[in-house]
Amino acid sequence: MSSDSWLTTFPQLDRRDLTMIKKTLDGAYRDFSRSYGDVIESFFDPLLSFLVWFEKLLLNSPWWLTMAAILGIVFFATRSKKLCLGVAAALLAIGIFGMWDNTMRTLSIITVCTLLSIIIGVPTGIIMSRSDRMQKIITPILDVMQTMPAFVYLIPVVMLLGIGKIPGVIAVVIYAVPPVIRLTNLGIRLVDKEILEAATAFGATNRQKLIGVQIPLAMPTIMAGINQTIMMALAMVVVASMIGVNGLGQPVLKSITNQYFTLGLLNGLAIVALAIIFDRVSQSYAKRTQKHLGGKHHG
Amino acid sequence: MGKSGGKIEISNLSKIFGKRPNTVLQQVKLGKSKQDILSETGHTVGLRDINFTINPGEIFVIMGLSGSGKSTLIRHFNRLIDPTEGQIKVDNQDIMTLSKDQLIQFRRHKMSMVFQHFGLLPHRTVVDNVAYGLQIQKIPLAERTKQAETWLETVGLAGYEKQYPSQLSGGQQQRVGLARALCTDPDILLMDEAFSALDPLIRSEMQEQLLELQKTLHKTIVFITHDLDEALRIGDRIAILKDGVISQIGTPVDILLNPADDYVEAFVKDVNRARAVPVKTIMQQSVPVVSTDSLTDAFAALPPQGYLFYEREETGFQGILTRNKLEAALKVRPDGKIITEDITKIPNLMPEMLLQEAISDALKSRYALPVLNEDGRYIGDLSPESLADTLEYNN
Repeated sequence: MSSDSWLTTFPQLDRRDLTMIKKTLDGAYRDFSRSYGDVIESFFDPLLSFLVWFEKLLLNSPWWLTMAAILGIVFFATRSKKLCLGVAAALLAIGIFGMWDNTMRTLSIITVCTLLSIIIGVPTGIIMSRSDRMQKIITPILDVMQTMPAFVYLIPVVMLLGIGKIPGVIAVVIYAVPPVIRLTNLGIRLVDKEILEAATAFGATNRQKLIGVQIPLAMPTIMAGINQTIMMALAMVVVASMIGVNGLGQPVLKSITNQYFTLGLLNGLAIVALAIIFDRVSQSYAKRTQKHLGGKHHG
Repeated sequence: MGKSGGKIEISNLSKIFGKRPNTVLQQVKLGKSKQDILSETGHTVGLRDINFTINPGEIFVIMGLSGSGKSTLIRHFNRLIDPTEGQIKVDNQDIMTLSKDQLIQFRRHKMSMVFQHFGLLPHRTVVDNVAYGLQIQKIPLAERTKQAETWLETVGLAGYEKQYPSQLSGGQQQRVGLARALCTDPDILLMDEAFSALDPLIRSEMQEQLLELQKTLHKTIVFITHDLDEALRIGDRIAILKDGVISQIGTPVDILLNPADDYVEAFVKDVNRARAVPVKTIMQQSVPVVSTDSLTDAFAALPPQGYLFYEREETGFQGILTRNKLEAALKVRPDGKIITEDITKIPNLMPEMLLQEAISDALKSRYALPVLNEDGRYIGDLSPESLADTLEYNN
C-alpha cells in the first residue's frame, strides 16, 4: 500500500477490513436468524398450511373435477366459450404429457403468490399515490426489488427460513410485487382530475373518493399490473425450484444439469401454457368488467 | 365590503400560485403587474383583490378569456381552491373558518357544481351518477334513485336511466351533470363553463333549459363562461374578469351600453346588441301624448314633427294623429270630436321586447313607435334614429 499512489491504484479498503465487515454482517445475521428464525417461521405458519392445503386440494381431487372447476372459473370470468376450449386443450395436453401433478403444484404456488402480491401491492400502491413523498421513498425500493438478482435475496431468506415453500413464496413475491404497486400508483394518479374534483365538490370524503372514484377508474391500470405480476411470478418458477419449491421448475432444473433437452422443453412449454391461460383470462375478465371505462371523453 | 344580505360575498380575495405566495402578496397589493411578478418571483397571480356580492336567486355570470382566473375564482366558492388572502361569505358565514367536517357538510348541502367536461363517473349508470351526491350523504338507495329519476325527467332524459355516460351525446351528458347538481337540492349552483364544450345549437338549447328551470327553482347560479353572447343571454348580472382583476360588474345592458374600460369595450364591440338590449332601456318620450276629445285641442298640441300619440282615458292607447288627417277633419267638422277615422293605427312595442324583435316594425315605420305597458298605456317611444344609434358599432 505504501508504494502505490492513490493516483494509480484505486484507494480501496484494506483486505482485512473488508473481511471484517463481511464477517461481522454475516455473523450478526446468522445470530439474528438463529434467535428469531423460529419466531418468524411460526409467523408464516398459517400461510404455509394454506399453501399445503391448497396444493393437496388440487392434487388429490380427481383430475376431471379440477379441470371442470378451472374451466368453470374461466367461463365465469370471461363468458367466452372459445377461451374455455383453448384452456381445456392446453390442460389436456399437459396431462397427456405427464405433467399434470407438477402443473397443479405450480398453479397452487402461483395462485397464492398472486393473491399475496395483490394483498400487499394494491394497498402499497394506494399509499404511494396519496403522497409524493411516499412515492419518492418507495420507488427506489421497487427498483432494487426488480433489479437485484433473485439469488442474492434468496441467501438471507434461506438462512432465515431454510429450504421449502415459504422461502420460495417470499422470493417470488419480492420479484413479482413491484408491477402491481407501480401500476396501482400510476392508475390512481392518472384518474381524471375533473371527475375527482366533482366528487370533492359533492362533499365526498377521502375514503368515498378512493373507493367510489379512484379505484374503479384506476382498475384497468391496476389489472394490467396484476397481469404483469402473474407473468413475473411464473418467470420465477425455475429459480424458486432451486430452494425446494415443487412444481414445473424442478424438472426444468433437472434437465439443465443433465442436459435433458426434451424434458426441459416440455416443462418449459407447460409454464408458457399456464402463463398464457392466466394472461388471456385476466385480460378478458378486465375487458368485460370495464367496458364502460373505455368510452372516456377527452379532457 | 358588500352589503349584507348577499348570498355569496367576496371581499379582498387574492390568490397567488407558487411556492411561497405570502411573500409576494405585498407586491401584488402595491399593484405590480402579473408579468413582472412572474418574471421576478416565479409566482403567478391568479386573482387580485376581488370584491363582489351575489344576490340570492340571481344568475351571476363571471366572464373572461382563458387565463383570466374565472375557473380559479369559482373554485373558491366551495373551497376546491383556498385563497391566499381574503374573505368568502356564504349566507353570512365565513367559509374559511369551516372545519374539515363542516366543509364536507357545506359542500353536500349548500352548493353543487356542473363541470365543463361533465365530470361524470364512467363506470356508473346515468341514474347512479345523478344520485351520486345523495349516495355520498348516505341516503338509502330507493329514495335516492327516486329523486334521481325525477330530476332526470325534469332535464328531459327519462328512459336513459340504465345507460352509461359514454353512450350519451355531449348535450345529454351535460344534462346528466345538471340533474346531478340539482339532485342534492342546493341553494347555489356553480357552473364552470358548463355549456362551453357543447356545439352551438345544443348550447343554445341548454341555455334555454337553464333559464326555464330557473323560473321555478330560483337558485343562486354562478355561471362561468368565455362567451359574451352566452353571458348576455342568461346573466342577470355579469362580472368581467381580466388577468385576475374585475374590469366591470353590471347588468347585460350596462355592460353593453356603458363599457367601463377599453378591454370591455373591445369585447362588447362585436356583440349584436339587438339581441341583448330590451326596448325599455333606450326608449324616450319624444312625442307628445294627448287624450283630448277635441280636434282643435289636438291640432294645437301638434309638435314640429307633425304627429302625436292619442290615448283615451278609459281604453288606453289608440294610435297617432297626423297633421294631414287633422287638417282634413277640421275642414269638415271645425268643432268636431276625434273619431276613429282620424286615427292612424301603428304597431306598438312592449318594454321587455329585445331590440331585435322591434327592428322590423321600427324600420318600416315613418313614425316613432309607442311603447305600451301591460295596461296598454303609453310609457315611451322608440324612434328609428335612437334604434340606429344603439345598434351602430363603436358608439
